[in-house]
Amino acid sequence: MNRALWLWGILFAVWLLLSGHFETLFVIFGLVTCTVAVWVSVRMGIVDRESLPVHLIGRAVGYVPWLVWEVFRSNVRVARIILSPRIRVDPSIVHFRASQATDLGRFIYANSITLTPGTVTTGVTGDDMEVHAIVQSEIDGSEENDMNRRVAVLEGKDPR
Amino acid sequence: MDMALTVLTWALLMAGTFFLLTGALGMVRLPDVFTRMHAAGMTDTMGAGLILAGLLVHALSAGDQLVAVPVRLLLILGFLWFTSPIATHATAKAALSGGVRPFTLAGEQSGEQSGGVSPPGGSGEEPGGARPVTPPGDGSGTGRSGEEQGGASS
Amino acid sequence: MFAVTAAALLVAMGLAMCRALLGPTAYDRVLALNNIGTKTVVLIAVLGFLSGRPDFLDLAIAYALINFIGTIAVLKYIEYGDLGAPSRPDGREAN
Repeated sequence: MNRALWLWGILFAVWLLLSGHFETLFVIFGLVTCTVAVWVSVRMGIVDRESLPVHLIGRAVGYVPWLVWEVFRSNVRVARIILSPRIRVDPSIVHFRASQATDLGRFIYANSITLTPGTVTTGVTGDDMEVHAIVQSEIDGSEENDMNRRVAVLEGKDPR
Repeated sequence: MDMALTVLTWALLMAGTFFLLTGALGMVRLPDVFTRMHAAGMTDTMGAGLILAGLLVHALSAGDQLVAVPVRLLLILGFLWFTSPIATHATAKAALSGGVRPFTLAGEQSGEQSGGVSPPGGSGEEPGGARPVTPPGDGSGTGRSGEEQGGASS
Repeated sequence: MFAVTAAALLVAMGLAMCRALLGPTAYDRVLALNNIGTKTVVLIAVLGFLSGRPDFLDLAIAYALINFIGTIAVLKYIEYGDLGAPSRPDGREAN
């Protein structure tokens, strides 16, 4: 129920910000639309911890800037590979172990790996991450371990 | 102050353009679909991100419509950063289960493929067609080998 | 400065289009098309600023949504040969 209220608030905020109209009629339209949308979503049973992870917002404030910085660093690394006169890539598929407790945590970890250029998650089975790396030797696992730990913290579980 | 914001806008736009063009160059230069994904990821994350950040700074410094434009820019940026890895992962997974074997340095040096531009096993035009079932390397296709036959029979 | 960025976007889209035309496998083409779509989103936003009409940003949002859904739909069709077939956890086709 609390989560439905969150959804309603987010939807109504998006309505107000994107419409830019604050006349009574438009606000009433927004109220009705958001209420119907939330009612339908709750009836469909799609408002849960996975679809609306509002419990992560507080800790995400710390994670997102770190992720952006990490994305920037690996972008520079891949740019150097592409711009070198003779391309030297040594791609391979490596495996990592994810230590997140929930599917949502593993989803965030896999997406973070894919978001940083140079590594693409190609498959997740259980807690085994199958990752395609563009240069095998530069993936020593330390950065991925760091990311793994941070996602586990983001998820709110003690890193195992 | 205004000058500094203009310079910042320029810097962000040009940095974004640099990553954009580098990624596009990588799309052409890199040897196979999996390595090209990394280049595509570059344009999706830093190229688009820095250009949109430059537009954001410009919109904030211009002053008019202080809410509407930045909110839309942030929405676009957030949406791109959320969906880009999902689309990339879907492409990678589909390519693996479609029988495309990743390019490897060892495979190129042993001379079993033509090297250079065409990926190994990529001679067939349509995936899931008449190509023989080739499990991807590293035992990565566990439990997926039946898919190819299913796709061919349908 | 927006004109420079827009021109660079067009050049990058041209390069990606080369890959879409050349790309040996269908996945190269899908990847290139998805990439062109992303660049189109940014190009629409830049064009909005270039012509002083920020309303274009709404179009960019809509295009970002369509681009993602389209990519996933094409990939699903390539992989399963059917848009309706549910992908089961064991990766086997349902029909």
